[in-house]
Amino acid sequence: MHKLWASAYKEYLLLVRDFGGLAILFIMPLLLVITITVIQDGTFKTLKESKIPILLVDNDQGSVSERIKENLTASKQFELVHQPEETLAQKLVQNGEYQLAIVIPENLSRDLDIKVSENVEGILEKFGMEEESIPIVKSKFEPKEVKLYFDPATQFSYRNSIKSGINQMVSMIETASIYKAFQEELTDDNTEQIFDTESFIQFTEISPGDPTEKITIPNSTQHNIPAWTLFAIFFIILPLSINMVKEKNLGTFVRLRTNPVSYATVLGGKTIVFLSVALIQFALMLAVGVFLFPVIGLPQLDVNGKLLMLLVVAFFAGLAAVGLGLLLGTIAKSQEQSAPFGATFVVILAALGGVWVPVFAMPKFMQALSSISPMNWGLNAFYDVFLRNVGLVNLLPEIALLFLFFLVTTAISIIYNERKNAV
Amino acid sequence: MIEINELSKKYKGADTFSVNNLNLTIQDKEIFGILGPNGAGKTTLISMLSSLLKPTSGSFTIDGLNYQNNTTELKQIIGIVPQEYALYPSLTAFENLRYFGCMYGLKGSNLKNKINEHLEILGLRQFADKKIKTFSGGMKRRINLIAGILHNPKVLFLDEPTVGVDVQSKNAIIDYLKKLNAEGTTILYTSHHLNEAEFFCTRIAIIDLGNIICKGEPSELINEHGSAKNLEEVFLTTTGKALRDYA
Repeated sequence: MHKLWASAYKEYLLLVRDFGGLAILFIMPLLLVITITVIQDGTFKTLKESKIPILLVDNDQGSVSERIKENLTASKQFELVHQPEETLAQKLVQNGEYQLAIVIPENLSRDLDIKVSENVEGILEKFGMEEESIPIVKSKFEPKEVKLYFDPATQFSYRNSIKSGINQMVSMIETASIYKAFQEELTDDNTEQIFDTESFIQFTEISPGDPTEKITIPNSTQHNIPAWTLFAIFFIILPLSINMVKEKNLGTFVRLRTNPVSYATVLGGKTIVFLSVALIQFALMLAVGVFLFPVIGLPQLDVNGKLLMLLVVAFFAGLAAVGLGLLLGTIAKSQEQSAPFGATFVVILAALGGVWVPVFAMPKFMQALSSISPMNWGLNAFYDVFLRNVGLVNLLPEIALLFLFFLVTTAISIIYNERKNAV
Repeated sequence: MIEINELSKKYKGADTFSVNNLNLTIQDKEIFGILGPNGAGKTTLISMLSSLLKPTSGSFTIDGLNYQNNTTELKQIIGIVPQEYALYPSLTAFENLRYFGCMYGLKGSNLKNKINEHLEILGLRQFADKKIKTFSGGMKRRINLIAGILHNPKVLFLDEPTVGVDVQSKNAIIDYLKKLNAEGTTILYTSHHLNEAEFFCTRIAIIDLGNIICKGEPSELINEHGSAKNLEEVFLTTTGKALRDYA
């Protein structure tokens, strides 16, 4: 025990003496979480509050295009900029000056009215409700095409959401036209409401945890703090592995091998110190979310009643990260090996863990890989606490996996070290 | 006493043995010098004796302790002074020594007193709280030596302990090693400084290509080689003048 504490104290001294390294270790993750949250929150706000200017080429100049304009304006998402020339609109979008141009085809209103009227008359005739029984000759129309030009740099998900929104809007206009045509055919009194045009099917979002509770949509802070805290915790593998490689290069590691001290004790000292660093990082990240974010206009992190469980998750996530660092430091022979590998590997683990893209949206193969990523276990555990309000028992599977990961990586480090040195 | 029996070491992928069926007995309180050209097997031999390398065949005991069965006990009675400084540059001399002393199970005021005592003898007491990275080569060598002897080892392995140091530091190191030997420490020493070895060692073995070429007291070896005036001439006569470059 005495040797373990002596090792831990030595690691502590080495760490605090490298002030620049220490500052990077604590400041960079904070900068990362602040930057990402500000950007994401800004994006949410942009989508919710600010208006995105889009081009509208109205070749129809009819009632349908008027309805489209009204709906787009009413959505409060867009600021309509009228552009008479389709080619010019196309060019402006291509140049990135606008994210989107909507081109409404010529005679859309007229052709839709005719088509709907003919269909309605056809239906009424079948029911014998038409006053004159003259066979209706249906006009031939090509399907009308509302063209959408997107800036090539526009995100796929954003395009999909816009396309889906416009599609919904056009469907509503078509439906309203059909109702209107029926109304006109069935009564001459414009004030008489034959049809209830309100949507019969409505959507309500309910919290799956408590169906009686109205859902609280997680804000950017609640998503970013867990994800980037975990990312920062796992980035500890870099300084830890570099610390171990330095010991090999200095010759101190060779001296330790001649000392009556086990490799497990040496690793234990490093584990104590680097786990403490991970927990301090975690505390700082939480403090930023709770105290700094509201000051700079970001949503506050809600940790009420969750602190203990968050600490438990951070502890085991930190252990998993330290285990990985110990393994990398044991295997790597130079800083040129450990630093780029460590940095890239953490980014891969983060990607697999679902920090950037949700796991369910990944291809099947990547989903399978994700399930063996410790960052995924940690992230799920953090989301469980932050967003799903689960109890400690529900966290056990993820915590157990993180702890097992630490045990396995540390055991491999010890075995590898023994084998490597048995030359 | 160090008993080495048929000790051999062949590295993975190597064609030849670095140490080849070596037999040697080193008595208690001896200062035994292992001399040889580059690649002779000196460091390999010391690495095996200090449990850094596993022998390919053969065995050895130190003070009756066998490597395979008594690793921890054996590590406790030996002290190693490696060729590299093997110190933490950002820690002070005292912090380095305290850490390595702790690894031998030393603690508290006993450890502190030992550190201060050794620093005093080797003229470094006033630099105890200075970081190693500010030290000269000679000062680092002396701290390197103290780190290997804090626990009063029965047997001390020294791999070129005076390489690259100034005359004063070399003198201080050799004098201190003689003092330790006089107090009962057995010393196994390798060096390329043949003049130093001639006057420092009680016995010497010249090894080449993993084999002992000759061994005995320095004066005996010089006498055995009639034309030789000193150990360097014995060395060149026995190992030849061909350059020994290895990559």
